[in-house]
Amino acid sequence: MFSNIDWDIILRSLPYLFFDGMRFTVILTILATAGGIVIGTILALLRLSNIPGLSHVAGFYVNLIRSMPLVLVIFWFFFLVPYIGQWITGSDRPIQVGAFYSALVTFTLFEAAYFCEIMRAGIQSISRGQQQAAQALGMSYPTTMGYIILPQAFRNMVPVLLTQTIILFQDTSLVYVISVTDFLGAASKIAQRDGRLVEMYLFAAVVYFVISLVASHGVRRLQHRIAIIR
Amino acid sequence: MSANGSAMITITDVSKWYGKTQVLNKCTTEIAKGEVVVVCGPSGSGKSTLIKCVNGLEPFDEGNIVVDGISVGDPKTKLPKLRARIGMVFQHFELFPHLSVIRNLSLAQIKVLGRDEKAALANGMRLLDRVGLHEHAAKFPGQLSGGQQQRVAIARALAMDPIAMLFDEPTSALDPEMIKEVLDVMVALAKDGMTMIVVTHEMGFARQVANRVVFMDKGDIVEDAPTAEFFAKPRSERAQTFLSKILAH
Repeated sequence: MFSNIDWDIILRSLPYLFFDGMRFTVILTILATAGGIVIGTILALLRLSNIPGLSHVAGFYVNLIRSMPLVLVIFWFFFLVPYIGQWITGSDRPIQVGAFYSALVTFTLFEAAYFCEIMRAGIQSISRGQQQAAQALGMSYPTTMGYIILPQAFRNMVPVLLTQTIILFQDTSLVYVISVTDFLGAASKIAQRDGRLVEMYLFAAVVYFVISLVASHGVRRLQHRIAIIR
Repeated sequence: MSANGSAMITITDVSKWYGKTQVLNKCTTEIAKGEVVVVCGPSGSGKSTLIKCVNGLEPFDEGNIVVDGISVGDPKTKLPKLRARIGMVFQHFELFPHLSVIRNLSLAQIKVLGRDEKAALANGMRLLDRVGLHEHAAKFPGQLSGGQQQRVAIARALAMDPIAMLFDEPTSALDPEMIKEVLDVMVALAKDGMTMIVVTHEMGFARQVANRVVFMDKGDIVEDAPTAEFFAKPRSERAQTFLSKILAH
Protein backbone atom coordinates (compact mmCIF):
# COMPACT_ATOMS: atom_id res chain seq x y z
CA MET A 1 0.00 0.00 0.00
CA PHE A 2 2.79 2.41 0.87
CA SER A 3 5.17 0.93 -1.73
CA ASN A 4 4.72 3.49 -4.46
CA ILE A 5 3.70 6.67 -2.70
CA ASP A 6 3.69 9.72 -4.90
CA TRP A 7 3.92 12.82 -2.72
CA ASP A 8 4.26 14.94 -5.80
CA ILE A 9 0.54 14.60 -6.47
CA ILE A 10 -0.14 16.77 -3.44
CA LEU A 11 2.11 19.54 -4.67
CA ARG A 12 0.55 19.43 -8.12
CA SER A 13 -2.98 19.61 -6.80
CA LEU A 14 -2.38 22.33 -4.18
CA PRO A 15 -3.91 25.17 -6.22
CA TYR A 16 -7.07 23.19 -6.83
CA LEU A 17 -7.29 21.96 -3.22
CA PHE A 18 -6.91 25.40 -1.71
CA PHE A 19 -8.27 27.87 -4.25
CA ASP A 20 -11.31 25.78 -5.05
CA GLY A 21 -11.83 23.45 -2.11
CA MET A 22 -10.54 25.31 0.93
CA ARG A 23 -11.88 28.63 -0.28
CA PHE A 24 -15.36 27.17 -0.30
CA THR A 25 -14.89 25.54 3.10
CA VAL A 26 -13.64 28.76 4.71
CA ILE A 27 -16.26 31.02 3.14
CA LEU A 28 -19.04 28.66 4.12
CA THR A 29 -17.69 28.38 7.67
CA ILE A 30 -17.35 32.14 8.15
CA LEU A 31 -20.70 33.09 6.64
CA ALA A 32 -22.61 30.31 8.39
CA THR A 33 -21.01 31.22 11.72
CA ALA A 34 -21.82 34.91 11.34
CA GLY A 35 -25.38 34.23 10.24
CA GLY A 36 -25.79 31.47 12.80
CA ILE A 37 -24.71 33.72 15.67
CA VAL A 38 -27.08 36.51 14.61
CA ILE A 39 -30.08 34.21 14.12
CA GLY A 40 -29.10 32.11 17.13
CA THR A 41 -29.01 35.18 19.35
CA ILE A 42 -32.44 36.25 18.13
CA LEU A 43 -33.75 32.72 18.77
CA ALA A 44 -32.22 32.79 22.26
CA LEU A 45 -33.92 36.12 23.03
CA LEU A 46 -37.22 34.70 21.76
CA ARG A 47 -36.81 31.54 23.85
CA LEU A 48 -36.09 33.60 26.95
CA SER A 49 -38.88 36.08 26.27
CA ASN A 50 -42.22 35.63 27.92
CA ILE A 51 -44.13 36.03 24.68
CA PRO A 52 -45.88 32.63 24.90
CA GLY A 53 -46.27 31.76 21.21
CA LEU A 54 -42.87 32.93 20.02
CA SER A 55 -40.88 31.36 22.82
CA HIS A 56 -42.47 27.99 22.09
CA VAL A 57 -41.95 28.24 18.35
CA ALA A 58 -38.27 29.10 18.88
CA GLY A 59 -37.92 26.27 21.39
CA PHE A 60 -39.55 23.79 19.03
CA TYR A 61 -37.31 24.81 16.13
CA VAL A 62 -34.16 24.49 18.21
CA ASN A 63 -35.10 21.10 19.61
CA LEU A 64 -36.17 19.80 16.22
CA ILE A 65 -32.93 20.79 14.48
CA ARG A 66 -30.76 19.59 17.32
CA SER A 67 -32.31 16.15 17.25
CA MET A 68 -31.57 15.59 13.56
CA PRO A 69 -28.37 14.38 11.93
CA LEU A 70 -26.77 17.17 9.93
CA VAL A 71 -26.74 15.08 6.76
CA LEU A 72 -30.49 14.70 6.92
CA VAL A 73 -30.96 18.43 7.39
CA ILE A 74 -28.67 19.11 4.43
CA PHE A 75 -30.82 16.83 2.26
CA TRP A 76 -34.05 18.35 3.44
CA PHE A 77 -32.94 21.90 2.86
CA PHE A 78 -31.44 21.04 -0.52
CA PHE A 79 -34.87 19.89 -1.64
CA LEU A 80 -36.86 22.44 0.33
CA VAL A 81 -34.95 25.70 -0.16
CA PRO A 82 -36.19 26.19 -3.75
CA TYR A 83 -39.77 25.84 -2.48
CA ILE A 84 -39.16 28.14 0.51
CA GLY A 85 -37.72 30.65 -1.96
CA GLN A 86 -40.81 30.31 -4.08
CA TRP A 87 -43.02 30.83 -1.05
CA ILE A 88 -41.12 33.94 0.09
CA THR A 89 -40.93 35.61 -3.30
CA GLY A 90 -44.39 34.49 -4.36
CA SER A 91 -42.99 33.18 -7.65
CA ASP A 92 -44.95 30.57 -9.55
CA ARG A 93 -42.15 28.04 -9.73
CA PRO A 94 -39.42 26.84 -7.32
CA ILE A 95 -36.44 29.21 -7.15
CA GLN A 96 -33.17 27.77 -8.45
CA VAL A 97 -30.74 28.67 -5.67
CA GLY A 98 -27.63 26.71 -6.54
CA ALA A 99 -25.75 24.34 -4.31
CA PHE A 100 -23.66 27.03 -2.59
CA TYR A 101 -26.61 29.08 -1.39
CA SER A 102 -28.48 25.96 -0.45
CA ALA A 103 -25.52 24.83 1.65
CA LEU A 104 -25.16 28.31 3.17
CA VAL A 105 -28.82 28.50 4.17
CA THR A 106 -28.69 24.97 5.59
CA PHE A 107 -25.57 25.48 7.69
CA THR A 108 -26.69 28.90 8.89
CA LEU A 109 -30.06 27.64 10.05
CA PHE A 110 -28.57 24.44 11.47
CA GLU A 111 -25.85 26.26 13.40
CA ALA A 112 -28.37 28.87 14.58
CA ALA A 113 -29.99 26.18 16.71
CA TYR A 114 -26.69 25.39 18.41
CA PHE A 115 -25.65 29.03 18.76
CA CYS A 116 -29.10 29.71 20.24
CA GLU A 117 -28.41 27.31 23.08
CA ILE A 118 -24.93 28.75 23.61
CA MET A 119 -26.23 32.33 23.71
CA ARG A 120 -29.11 31.29 25.96
CA ALA A 121 -26.64 29.86 28.45
CA GLY A 122 -24.56 33.03 28.07
CA ILE A 123 -27.50 35.33 28.75
CA GLN A 124 -28.52 33.25 31.75
CA SER A 125 -24.98 33.42 33.10
CA ILE A 126 -25.41 37.18 33.60
CA SER A 127 -26.88 37.89 37.02
CA ARG A 128 -30.42 39.18 37.25
CA GLY A 129 -29.04 42.19 39.12
CA GLN A 130 -27.37 43.44 35.93
CA GLN A 131 -30.70 43.58 34.17
CA GLN A 132 -32.32 45.27 37.16
CA ALA A 133 -29.51 47.84 37.31
CA ALA A 134 -29.97 48.64 33.63
CA GLN A 135 -33.74 48.86 34.04
CA ALA A 136 -33.37 51.04 37.14
CA LEU A 137 -31.42 53.50 34.99
CA GLY A 138 -34.42 53.68 32.67
CA MET A 139 -32.91 51.61 29.87
CA SER A 140 -35.36 50.01 27.44
CA TYR A 141 -35.25 46.28 26.69
CA PRO A 142 -33.25 46.73 23.45
CA THR A 143 -30.73 49.03 25.17
CA THR A 144 -30.40 46.68 28.13
CA MET A 145 -29.80 43.70 25.86
CA GLY A 146 -27.64 45.49 23.33
CA TYR A 147 -25.32 47.34 25.69
CA ILE A 148 -25.40 45.44 28.97
CA ILE A 149 -26.48 41.80 28.73
CA LEU A 150 -25.43 40.59 25.27
CA PRO A 151 -21.90 42.06 25.30
CA GLN A 152 -21.22 40.27 28.59
CA ALA A 153 -22.97 37.06 27.49
CA PHE A 154 -21.04 37.08 24.25
CA ARG A 155 -17.70 37.55 25.98
CA ASN A 156 -18.43 34.72 28.41
CA MET A 157 -19.37 32.46 25.52
CA VAL A 158 -16.63 33.28 22.99
CA PRO A 159 -14.66 30.10 23.72
CA VAL A 160 -17.73 27.91 23.25
CA LEU A 161 -18.86 29.84 20.17
CA LEU A 162 -15.48 29.43 18.51
CA THR A 163 -15.24 25.77 19.46
CA GLN A 164 -18.60 25.30 17.76
CA THR A 165 -17.17 27.11 14.73
CA ILE A 166 -14.23 24.69 14.60
CA ILE A 167 -16.71 21.80 14.62
CA LEU A 168 -18.64 23.55 11.85
CA PHE A 169 -15.41 23.90 9.87
CA GLN A 170 -15.09 20.12 9.94
CA ASP A 171 -18.80 19.51 9.36
CA THR A 172 -18.85 21.53 6.14
CA SER A 173 -17.26 18.48 4.51
CA LEU A 174 -20.73 16.91 4.56
CA VAL A 175 -21.69 19.07 1.58
CA TYR A 176 -20.39 16.20 -0.54
CA VAL A 177 -23.88 14.69 -0.23
CA ILE A 178 -25.25 17.46 -2.43
CA SER A 179 -22.26 17.24 -4.78
CA VAL A 180 -20.60 20.45 -3.69
CA THR A 181 -16.82 20.45 -3.72
CA ASP A 182 -15.27 21.63 -0.48
CA PHE A 183 -11.70 20.96 0.62
CA LEU A 184 -12.27 17.31 1.43
CA GLY A 185 -14.37 16.93 -1.70
CA ALA A 186 -11.54 18.33 -3.81
CA ALA A 187 -9.04 16.01 -2.20
CA SER A 188 -11.40 13.12 -2.70
CA LYS A 189 -11.91 13.89 -6.38
CA ILE A 190 -8.20 13.87 -7.10
CA ALA A 191 -7.75 10.77 -5.01
CA GLN A 192 -10.33 8.94 -7.09
CA ARG A 193 -9.18 10.31 -10.40
CA ASP A 194 -5.52 9.45 -9.95
CA GLY A 195 -5.93 6.52 -7.59
CA ARG A 196 -3.96 8.35 -4.91
CA LEU A 197 -6.24 7.69 -1.95
CA VAL A 198 -3.55 7.35 0.72
CA GLU A 199 -1.70 10.51 -0.20
CA MET A 200 -4.74 12.70 -0.56
CA TYR A 201 -6.63 11.52 2.51
CA LEU A 202 -3.50 11.69 4.64
CA PHE A 203 -2.85 15.21 3.44
CA ALA A 204 -6.47 16.24 4.05
CA ALA A 205 -6.30 14.86 7.59
CA VAL A 206 -3.08 16.78 8.28
CA VAL A 207 -4.59 20.03 6.97
CA TYR A 208 -7.76 19.67 9.07
CA PHE A 209 -5.67 18.80 12.10
CA VAL A 210 -3.28 21.73 11.75
CA ILE A 211 -6.01 24.30 11.11
CA SER A 212 -8.18 23.08 13.99
CA LEU A 213 -5.19 22.96 16.34
CA VAL A 214 -4.06 26.46 15.46
CA ALA A 215 -7.62 27.73 15.78
CA SER A 216 -8.18 26.23 19.21
CA HIS A 217 -4.91 27.71 20.42
CA GLY A 218 -6.04 31.04 19.06
CA VAL A 219 -9.32 30.66 20.96
CA ARG A 220 -7.46 30.11 24.22
CA ARG A 221 -5.28 33.18 23.72
CA LEU A 222 -8.25 35.31 22.71
CA GLN A 223 -10.08 34.14 25.81
CA HIS A 224 -7.41 35.69 28.03
CA ARG A 225 -7.37 38.92 26.07
CA ILE A 226 -11.09 39.67 26.16
CA ALA A 227 -11.84 38.34 29.66
CA ILE A 228 -13.78 40.81 31.81
CA ILE A 229 -11.73 41.99 34.77
CA ARG A 230 -13.36 40.85 37.99
CA MET B 1 -46.75 64.46 56.61
CA SER B 2 -43.44 66.31 57.05
CA ALA B 3 -42.68 70.00 57.32
CA ASN B 4 -42.89 70.99 53.66
CA GLY B 5 -45.91 68.79 53.12
CA SER B 6 -45.69 67.71 49.46
CA ALA B 7 -45.49 63.93 49.12
CA MET B 8 -42.92 62.76 46.60
CA ILE B 9 -43.69 59.06 47.02
CA THR B 10 -47.01 57.71 48.28
CA ILE B 11 -47.38 54.02 49.02
CA THR B 12 -50.97 52.97 49.71
CA ASP B 13 -52.11 49.51 50.85
CA VAL B 14 -49.53 47.69 48.75
CA SER B 15 -49.74 43.89 48.91
CA LYS B 16 -47.73 41.31 47.04
CA TRP B 17 -47.67 37.52 46.90
CA TYR B 18 -45.11 35.06 45.59
CA GLY B 19 -47.47 32.23 44.79
CA LYS B 20 -49.28 31.67 48.06
CA THR B 21 -46.70 33.39 50.25
CA GLN B 22 -47.59 36.94 51.07
CA VAL B 23 -44.48 39.13 51.06
CA LEU B 24 -46.10 42.54 51.46
CA ASN B 25 -49.25 43.15 53.45
CA LYS B 26 -51.13 46.42 52.95
CA CYS B 27 -48.03 48.57 53.28
CA THR B 28 -48.77 52.27 53.54
CA THR B 29 -46.38 55.16 53.95
CA GLU B 30 -45.45 58.48 52.43
CA ILE B 31 -42.14 60.14 51.69
CA ALA B 32 -42.05 63.90 51.35
CA LYS B 33 -39.72 65.82 49.08
CA GLY B 34 -36.31 66.10 50.71
CA GLU B 35 -37.14 63.51 53.33
CA VAL B 36 -34.82 60.67 54.30
CA VAL B 37 -36.56 57.49 55.41
CA VAL B 38 -34.72 54.46 56.70
CA VAL B 39 -36.45 51.09 56.29
CA CYS B 40 -35.23 48.36 58.61
CA GLY B 41 -36.33 44.96 59.78
CA PRO B 42 -35.24 41.33 59.89
CA SER B 43 -34.25 39.62 56.64
CA GLY B 44 -37.22 38.39 54.68
CA SER B 45 -39.42 41.14 56.07
CA GLY B 46 -40.11 42.54 52.59
CA LYS B 47 -38.13 45.77 52.84
CA SER B 48 -36.12 45.24 49.62
CA THR B 49 -39.25 44.09 47.82
CA LEU B 50 -41.09 47.22 48.93
CA ILE B 51 -38.49 49.66 47.58
CA LYS B 52 -38.20 47.68 44.34
CA CYS B 53 -41.95 48.19 43.95
CA VAL B 54 -41.39 51.94 44.08
CA ASN B 55 -39.58 51.99 40.72
CA GLY B 56 -41.50 49.06 39.30
CA LEU B 57 -38.64 46.55 39.32
CA GLU B 58 -40.99 44.30 41.29
CA PRO B 59 -44.65 44.25 40.35
CA PHE B 60 -47.20 44.32 43.16
CA ASP B 61 -50.65 42.77 43.27
CA GLU B 62 -52.75 45.25 45.21
CA GLY B 63 -52.63 48.86 46.28
CA ASN B 64 -51.06 51.86 44.67
CA ILE B 65 -47.74 53.67 44.53
CA VAL B 66 -47.54 57.21 43.23
CA VAL B 67 -44.16 58.82 42.51
CA ASP B 68 -44.21 62.53 41.75
CA GLY B 69 -47.80 62.28 40.57
CA ILE B 70 -47.23 59.18 38.40
CA SER B 71 -48.91 55.90 39.29
CA VAL B 72 -46.38 53.04 39.20
CA GLY B 73 -48.98 50.27 38.98
CA ASP B 74 -50.87 51.83 36.09
CA PRO B 75 -50.28 49.71 32.97
CA LYS B 76 -50.23 52.91 30.90
CA THR B 77 -47.26 54.28 32.85
CA LYS B 78 -44.02 54.15 30.89
CA LEU B 79 -41.86 52.48 33.52
CA PRO B 80 -38.47 53.12 31.84
CA LYS B 81 -39.27 56.83 31.78
CA LEU B 82 -40.21 56.81 35.45
CA ARG B 83 -37.20 54.70 36.46
CA ALA B 84 -34.85 57.11 34.72
CA ARG B 85 -35.91 59.71 37.29
CA ILE B 86 -35.45 57.48 40.37
CA GLY B 87 -31.91 56.51 41.28
CA MET B 88 -31.30 53.07 42.68
CA VAL B 89 -28.30 51.63 44.49
CA PHE B 90 -28.03 47.85 44.92
CA GLN B 91 -26.54 45.65 47.60
CA HIS B 92 -24.09 44.10 45.14
CA PHE B 93 -23.32 47.37 43.31
CA GLU B 94 -24.28 45.97 39.89
CA LEU B 95 -21.81 48.09 38.00
CA PHE B 96 -21.45 46.97 34.40
CA PRO B 97 -18.18 45.00 34.52
CA HIS B 98 -17.44 45.22 30.80
CA LEU B 99 -17.55 49.03 30.78
CA SER B 100 -15.06 51.48 32.26
CA VAL B 101 -16.14 53.51 35.27
CA ILE B 102 -16.85 56.61 33.20
CA ARG B 103 -18.83 54.58 30.62
CA ASN B 104 -20.86 53.16 33.49
CA LEU B 105 -21.79 56.74 34.33
CA SER B 106 -22.32 58.05 30.81
CA LEU B 107 -24.13 55.20 29.02
CA ALA B 108 -27.62 55.75 30.41
CA GLN B 109 -27.27 59.52 30.16
CA ILE B 110 -26.64 59.11 26.44
CA LYS B 111 -29.04 56.25 25.67
CA VAL B 112 -31.89 57.17 28.01
CA LEU B 113 -31.71 60.94 28.51
CA GLY B 114 -30.36 61.61 25.01
CA ARG B 115 -27.47 63.75 26.23
CA ASP B 116 -24.56 64.14 23.87
CA GLU B 117 -21.37 62.27 24.62
CA LYS B 118 -19.44 65.34 25.75
CA ALA B 119 -22.08 66.55 28.20
CA ALA B 120 -22.55 63.04 29.58
CA LEU B 121 -18.82 62.58 30.15
CA ALA B 122 -18.48 65.99 31.78
CA ASN B 123 -21.42 65.30 34.08
CA GLY B 124 -19.99 61.86 34.84
CA MET B 125 -16.61 63.31 35.78
CA ARG B 126 -18.28 65.92 37.99
CA LEU B 127 -20.08 63.18 39.92
CA LEU B 128 -16.99 60.98 40.17
CA ASP B 129 -15.32 64.01 41.67
CA ARG B 130 -18.17 64.35 44.14
CA VAL B 131 -17.70 60.77 45.39
CA GLY B 132 -13.92 61.22 45.40
CA LEU B 133 -13.09 58.84 42.55
CA HIS B 134 -12.06 61.26 39.84
CA GLU B 135 -8.77 59.51 39.13
CA HIS B 136 -10.42 56.09 38.64
CA ALA B 137 -12.55 57.11 35.63
CA ALA B 138 -10.69 54.96 33.11
CA LYS B 139 -10.53 51.84 35.27
CA PHE B 140 -12.89 48.91 35.13
CA PRO B 141 -15.17 48.11 38.09
CA GLY B 142 -13.25 44.91 38.83
CA GLN B 143 -10.15 46.98 39.58
CA LEU B 144 -11.86 48.90 42.40
CA SER B 145 -12.54 47.94 46.00
CA GLY B 146 -16.11 47.22 47.12
CA GLY B 147 -16.46 50.61 48.76
CA GLN B 148 -15.20 52.37 45.65
CA GLN B 149 -17.56 50.35 43.45
CA GLN B 150 -20.53 51.32 45.57
CA ARG B 151 -19.54 54.99 45.40
CA VAL B 152 -19.35 54.66 41.60
CA ALA B 153 -22.81 53.08 41.69
CA ILE B 154 -24.14 56.06 43.65
CA ALA B 155 -22.50 58.46 41.18
CA ARG B 156 -24.03 56.47 38.29
CA ALA B 157 -27.50 56.90 39.76
CA LEU B 158 -26.89 60.61 40.45
CA ALA B 159 -25.74 61.17 36.87
CA MET B 160 -29.38 60.81 35.81
CA ASP B 161 -30.39 63.80 37.97
CA PRO B 162 -32.88 61.74 39.96
CA ILE B 163 -35.75 63.25 41.93
CA ALA B 164 -35.35 60.54 44.58
CA MET B 165 -32.88 57.80 45.47
CA LEU B 166 -33.55 54.24 46.60
CA PHE B 167 -30.83 52.36 48.47
CA ASP B 168 -31.19 48.58 48.84
CA GLU B 169 -28.84 47.55 51.68
CA PRO B 170 -25.99 49.55 50.18
CA THR B 171 -23.41 48.54 52.78
CA SER B 172 -24.40 44.93 53.48
CA ALA B 173 -21.95 43.42 51.00
CA LEU B 174 -19.03 45.57 52.11
CA ASP B 175 -16.11 44.82 54.38
CA PRO B 176 -16.44 46.78 57.62
CA GLU B 177 -13.61 49.17 56.85
CA MET B 178 -15.35 50.28 53.65
CA ILE B 179 -18.75 50.98 55.08
CA LYS B 180 -17.87 54.46 56.30
CA GLU B 181 -16.73 55.80 52.92
CA VAL B 182 -20.09 54.81 51.42
CA LEU B 183 -22.13 56.13 54.34
CA ASP B 184 -20.23 59.44 54.19
CA VAL B 185 -21.34 59.89 50.58
CA MET B 186 -24.92 59.08 51.57
CA VAL B 187 -24.88 61.48 54.51
CA ALA B 188 -23.61 64.26 52.27
CA LEU B 189 -26.37 63.45 49.79
CA ALA B 190 -29.02 63.56 52.52
CA LYS B 191 -27.72 66.90 53.74
CA ASP B 192 -27.99 68.24 50.19
CA GLY B 193 -31.72 67.65 50.41
CA MET B 194 -32.05 64.47 48.29
CA THR B 195 -35.24 62.49 48.84
CA MET B 196 -34.05 59.06 49.97
CA ILE B 197 -35.46 55.69 50.96
CA VAL B 198 -32.69 53.62 52.50
CA VAL B 199 -33.02 49.96 53.41
CA THR B 200 -30.22 49.44 55.90
CA HIS B 201 -29.22 48.06 59.25
CA GLU B 202 -26.84 50.98 59.85
CA MET B 203 -28.62 52.52 62.80
CA GLY B 204 -25.89 55.14 63.21
CA PHE B 205 -26.76 56.40 59.73
CA ALA B 206 -30.46 56.39 60.61
CA ARG B 207 -29.84 58.41 63.76
CA GLN B 208 -27.66 60.89 61.94
CA VAL B 209 -29.76 61.77 58.89
CA ALA B 210 -33.11 59.96 58.81
CA ASN B 211 -36.29 61.97 59.33
CA ARG B 212 -38.24 58.81 59.92
CA VAL B 213 -37.66 55.11 60.47
CA VAL B 214 -39.98 52.48 59.04
CA PHE B 215 -39.76 49.08 60.69
CA MET B 216 -41.01 46.06 58.74
CA ASP B 217 -41.59 42.48 59.79
CA LYS B 218 -43.13 39.62 57.79
CA GLY B 219 -44.42 41.96 55.10
CA ASP B 220 -46.07 44.40 57.50
CA ILE B 221 -45.05 47.96 58.19
CA VAL B 222 -45.07 47.54 61.95
CA GLU B 223 -43.77 50.94 62.89
CA ASP B 224 -43.40 54.25 61.08
CA ALA B 225 -42.08 56.94 63.39
CA PRO B 226 -39.87 60.03 63.50
CA THR B 227 -36.28 58.92 64.12
CA ALA B 228 -35.88 60.23 67.67
CA GLU B 229 -39.16 58.69 68.71
CA PHE B 230 -38.30 55.35 67.12
CA PHE B 231 -35.00 55.06 68.95
CA ALA B 232 -36.32 56.40 72.26
CA LYS B 233 -39.07 53.87 72.54
CA PRO B 234 -40.47 51.80 69.73
CA ARG B 235 -44.15 51.12 70.34
CA SER B 236 -44.28 47.54 69.11
CA GLU B 237 -42.64 44.65 70.83
CA ARG B 238 -41.26 43.30 67.54
CA ALA B 239 -39.41 46.55 66.88
CA GLN B 240 -38.11 46.63 70.44
CA THR B 241 -36.69 43.13 70.14
CA PHE B 242 -35.15 43.89 66.74
CA LEU B 243 -33.63 47.14 67.98
CA SER B 244 -32.16 45.62 71.11
CA LYS B 245 -30.55 42.87 69.02
CA ILE B 246 -29.14 45.15 66.37
CA LEU B 247 -27.87 47.81 68.78
CA ALA B 248 -26.32 45.22 71.09
CA HIS B 249 -23.81 44.09 68.49
